[in-house]
Amino acid sequence: MAAYALPFEKPLAELNRKLEELRGFGRKQNVDVAADLAQMERKIAETREKIFAQLTPWQIVQVARHPLRPYALDYVREMFVDFSELHGDRIHRDDRAIFGGLAKLGEHRVMVIGTQKGRDTKGNLEVNFGCAYPEGYRKALRLMRLAAKFNLPIITLIDTPGAYPGIESEERHIAEAIAVNLREMFTFAVPMLVTIIGEGGSGGALGIGVGDRVLMLQYAYYSVISPEGCAAILWKNRSYADRAAAALKITSRDLLAMKLADEIVPEPLGGAHVDPRQMGATLKQILLRHLLELKQVPPDELLERRYAKFRAMGVFAEQPAAAAAPVAAPGAAVQP
Amino acid sequence: MALFGKKKHTSVKVRKRDIPDGLWIKCPSCSEMVFKQELEAALNVCPRCEYHFPFARQARLALLSEAGSFEEWDAGLTSVDVLTFTGTATYTAKLKENQQETGCRDAITCGRARLGRHVIALGVMDFEFLGASMGAVVGEKVARLVERGTVERLPVLIACTSGGARMYEGLYSLMQMAKTSAALARHAAARLPYIPVLTHPTTAGVMASFATLGDVIIAEPGALIGFAGPRVIKETTQQELPAGFQSAEFLLKHGLLDMVVPRKELKSQLILLLDYLMPPPPAEPLPAPAAASTP
Repeated sequence: MAAYALPFEKPLAELNRKLEELRGFGRKQNVDVAADLAQMERKIAETREKIFAQLTPWQIVQVARHPLRPYALDYVREMFVDFSELHGDRIHRDDRAIFGGLAKLGEHRVMVIGTQKGRDTKGNLEVNFGCAYPEGYRKALRLMRLAAKFNLPIITLIDTPGAYPGIESEERHIAEAIAVNLREMFTFAVPMLVTIIGEGGSGGALGIGVGDRVLMLQYAYYSVISPEGCAAILWKNRSYADRAAAALKITSRDLLAMKLADEIVPEPLGGAHVDPRQMGATLKQILLRHLLELKQVPPDELLERRYAKFRAMGVFAEQPAAAAAPVAAPGAAVQP
Repeated sequence: MALFGKKKHTSVKVRKRDIPDGLWIKCPSCSEMVFKQELEAALNVCPRCEYHFPFARQARLALLSEAGSFEEWDAGLTSVDVLTFTGTATYTAKLKENQQETGCRDAITCGRARLGRHVIALGVMDFEFLGASMGAVVGEKVARLVERGTVERLPVLIACTSGGARMYEGLYSLMQMAKTSAALARHAAARLPYIPVLTHPTTAGVMASFATLGDVIIAEPGALIGFAGPRVIKETTQQELPAGFQSAEFLLKHGLLDMVVPRKELKSQLILLLDYLMPPPPAEPLPAPAAASTP
C-alpha cells in the first residue's frame, strides 16, 4: 500500500522506505536487524495511528478518493455470491457508471445497485469516472421496480463525484431522472439499505440514496457540493477546498451527529484500501444486521418510517403564525 | 463535480439592477425603451419582443390567485445557521441582508388561493432571496404545502425558480430534494394534479426534485432551465454549447416540457388544465323516494 501515498501520509512513506532499506542492509550484510525492524514497524504503526486519529475533513476527502480504495464492484465480489448483473435502461443504452443485478448477501436474495469508478484511464472512460448519465439513474429505477415486484431488498453502494454535467445529460434530462428516482424510492415496500462507500457527490449520490438506513464508511464523505466547487463559489479559488470541506460538515462523524447518517462503518487503520477483505467483511456483517431488522417490519410500516425519516431532515426556526410579522429575528424554537 | 448551490456560477442574469426601477426601462433583448407603467401593465413582458423580465414574488402571487383569495401558510418559518457556516461571510449575515432587501423571511411563499373556480395550494419562489436556493425552510414549506394539499384534496401549483441547493446548510439542503419528492409521491398517489411552472432560472437541486415531478410541466418563454449551469458544463466537457441550450424552447423540443406559455396566458392556461384534471364533483344524486329507502 506504500505504492501510493497521500500528501499527509508522506511521513509514513518515508518510514516505509527506511524500513525497506534496513531490511535490504540486513540481508546484504548478513546482520541480524530483527530488533531494529520490529522497532521501526512499531513506529510506523504508531505514526499511522496518530495521523489517522486526527484527519482533517479535507484529508478524509482524499482518503475517500484514494486511487486504491475498493470500488463498488470490489464490495460485490467481497460480500455477495452469485451476482447476476442486469443491463440497460430499455430506453437509451447501458450506462456503465451505475451497475445493478441480483445477488445473495448471506442467505438473502437482494438487488444490489452501485456507482462504479475505474481503476485506470481505460476503465474510467468506460464508467465516465463514476459520473452517471440519465440512463444510469433510469436503469437503477428499472431494477428497483423489479426488486419491489419480487419482494427483494435493495442495497445501494454509492461512490460518485456527482451526476455527469454534460450536454447529453441535459438533453436527456438528468434532473428529471434523479427527481423521479427520489419520488419512486419512497414507494418501494422492500427494505432499502444505502451505503456511502467513498464519495457521496450531491444529487448524483442521492439519486440512488433514499433508504431505510443510510450507512457511511468511516472515511467516506457526503456533500451537497464538492469542496472544490464550494471553494470556487465562496473564495473564488478552488485551492480553498480544505476550508470548504470543514465548513460543509461532510464527514461520517458530522453526518451521524446531524442524524443524516445512521451508522458509521469502521475502516481498517489507514483506510479501506489497506485491507479490502476485512472492510468487506465488516460492511457485510453490518448490512446483514440491518437487513434482518428491516425484514421484521411490515411493508406499510417500512414506507411510513422511510417517509418520516427523510421528512424530519432539516433544521429551522418557527414562530407562531400570529407573531409572524415579516422578517423578525429568528425564533428560538429550533426543530430538528 | 457536485452540482448544487452554484448559483453564482451560472450565467444567470437576474440581478437587482435588471429589475425595472427607472421611468423608462431598456429591454435587454430588443433594446427598446419601454415606459415602466406600460411594462408593468403587460406583466413585465416587453410589448415589442415578448422578452419576459423578472417578475416579483407579490406580482406572481397576484397573477396566480384571484384577488384577495390568497391565505398564507407557514409564514413563521425562518432559516437558521445550523452548521455555523464559516465562509467569507456568515450565513446569519447573508440571511439578514436578504431578509432586509426583500422584506421576506425566505425564498418561498406558500398558501391557499382560488384560481378560477379551483381552490389550489400555491407556492411562489423568489430568486431575489439568496438565488431562491433550497434550504430547510424552502424544503419544509414545499413539503407542508404538498401534504396539506393532499389532506385537503387540492391541486398543487408551484412557480419555481432556483439557483440550487443552499450550500450554507450543507447536506441538510440536499435532503430537501428527497423530502419534497416524498411529499409529492403521496400527493400523486391521491390522484391529485401537481403543476410546476418553471421560470427564469430553474436549475440544480430544485430542478432535480419538485420542479420536474409535475403531471404537466410548464415553462415561461426564454427561461433558463437545467441541472448543471452552462459554465460548469462548458468547463467539464470543453465543448461549445448548442444554440439556445437549456432554454425553455430547447427543453420543449427535447421533450421535457409539456408547454411553454407566455406570462399573459399563464393564468387562463392553468385554469384550463385544472378544469381537465380537477373536474367538479358529480352533482348530488337526487334523494331516493322515502318509501324506497326503508329496508
